[in-house]
Amino acid sequence: MRVGIVCPYTWDVPGGVQQHIRDLAEALIGLGHEVSVISPADDDTPLPPYVVPAGRAVPVPYNGSVARLAFGFLSASRVRRWVKEGGFDVLHVHEPAAPSLSLLACWVADGPIVATVHTATPRSRVMHASGPALRTALEKVNGWIAVSEAARTTLVEHIGGDAVLIPNGVTVRRYEKATPLPGWPGEGGALGFLGRMDEPRKGLDVLLRAFAELGAQRPGLRLLIAGPGDVEDVLAKVPAPLRPRVILLGQVTEEDKARVYHSVDVFCAPNTGGESFGIVLAEAMAAGAPIVASDLDAFRQVLRGGRAGELFETGDPAALVQAAERLLDDPERRASLSAAASEAVRAYDWPVVARDVVRVYEAVVAASGQVGVVR
Amino acid sequence: MLIDIILIAVAAVLIGVYVSWRAGRLDRLHARVEKARAALDAALLRRSSVALELAACGLLDPATSLLLAGAAHDARAAGEPTELAESDLTRALRAVLSQPGFRASLDGRGSADELLAELEAAGHQVFLARKFYNDAVAATQAARRRWLARVLGLAGGAALPDFFEMDDSLVVAGDEGWGSDMPHLTS
Repeated sequence: MRVGIVCPYTWDVPGGVQQHIRDLAEALIGLGHEVSVISPADDDTPLPPYVVPAGRAVPVPYNGSVARLAFGFLSASRVRRWVKEGGFDVLHVHEPAAPSLSLLACWVADGPIVATVHTATPRSRVMHASGPALRTALEKVNGWIAVSEAARTTLVEHIGGDAVLIPNGVTVRRYEKATPLPGWPGEGGALGFLGRMDEPRKGLDVLLRAFAELGAQRPGLRLLIAGPGDVEDVLAKVPAPLRPRVILLGQVTEEDKARVYHSVDVFCAPNTGGESFGIVLAEAMAAGAPIVASDLDAFRQVLRGGRAGELFETGDPAALVQAAERLLDDPERRASLSAAASEAVRAYDWPVVARDVVRVYEAVVAASGQVGVVR
Repeated sequence: MLIDIILIAVAAVLIGVYVSWRAGRLDRLHARVEKARAALDAALLRRSSVALELAACGLLDPATSLLLAGAAHDARAAGEPTELAESDLTRALRAVLSQPGFRASLDGRGSADELLAELEAAGHQVFLARKFYNDAVAATQAARRRWLARVLGLAGGAALPDFFEMDDSLVVAGDEGWGSDMPHLTS
């Protein structure tokens, strides 16, 4: 199929939506489809061959923070030209409720349109106040996809339609094989954590309290932490004798992330909430890391009820200690969890997720005509 | 003896008159601040109303409409104008107005000219109202800082008024050269 994808945010800025679109586009191309992505982009950024720049996005306050959005007639006419010349079988827009390219694409185009909602935020009063053009544009979407249950619920509330739940994928091959960092996991064993250190819901505090106990019992056990945050604050929470055994890497590149997953004996996800999917878990599974995770709904589901990783009572350091001990003392169990995780994560591998997306395209195309411009 | 008493009495009366005059002046300054604040609130409300009208008029693309509606809604959401939300509305307005081809795209379209003129007027009104309000605040703060006002508590229980700091400039990038605080959007 010829697929036209619309990205509402500046391409080269790190962001979940942009990453998702990049992975989806490459997976679709890998499956043999023709893909063109239109996206705002800063001048001079090198773009992959399938991306068409739509001019620069403008930083504007929106919804409580500053977003970089492409709006206005010039952006609309760029999208219109791209649609007109594209000859697409289907248009796939992302975050159409944001005041940017995706919304404009719905406005100017006609034919089979699929929309993916990534966040759970549409504000119905604001949308109502912005006039009929917005509603008309959104009504043109034939098929909705939500990446999380939270996103799907808001969609039902505000736009009235139901959405297909297709979670974010993970590019397994990026994490499957990697060289451990030199000297890791080391003889005493190693625990790992990846995420924002200062965000309470990521659960680092729980892990640090657990490590205080585990580290005291096991000489040589080390803790590897990767992610942004204040180093001093974190070390202050660790008892002084254990501090040399806590290694903080700060923010790491994608390649090094993969190496971190391969550098530990047990990967810990002590999150206390707010994870609608838990991409960190999927990456660790793709790397085949033995996992100990909080018993959150999303984690329990992804870890197949505990078959692909150990679950412990959320927020309880003692439970985390027990779960980690079970794995640290049992290399066979670690190996079998690792294999189970690698197997389970295949359902989230991008080529599989992309095939599900293509099925949505096909369902929508069957019911509508060709993609063209309406104004 | 008598002359001393008379002199002291006269001095007391004169001091009393003077203090009373100072208190009265402070009262008038406070009243001026209140009126200026009411005018500023009204101007801000007018501006967000016009922004909402522009968003709903259907002459703009839906993304721009949504952006304006969101910013205007947030500005009014708190009930009382807040510096942050109003500054955000200003930034949204500037971003919309500075879009290349914005003016051209609205040429000859229905009530667009009227709405733009109203928006311009509302923006100028905010600018001026805020200037006058801050001037009144400055004068009042200066008066209250003088020792007589502090020692004798001449302000009574009145709260010390605060400046209203916000970004209210609709001068769009590229237009700064005109040398005016109040740019004209419709020519």
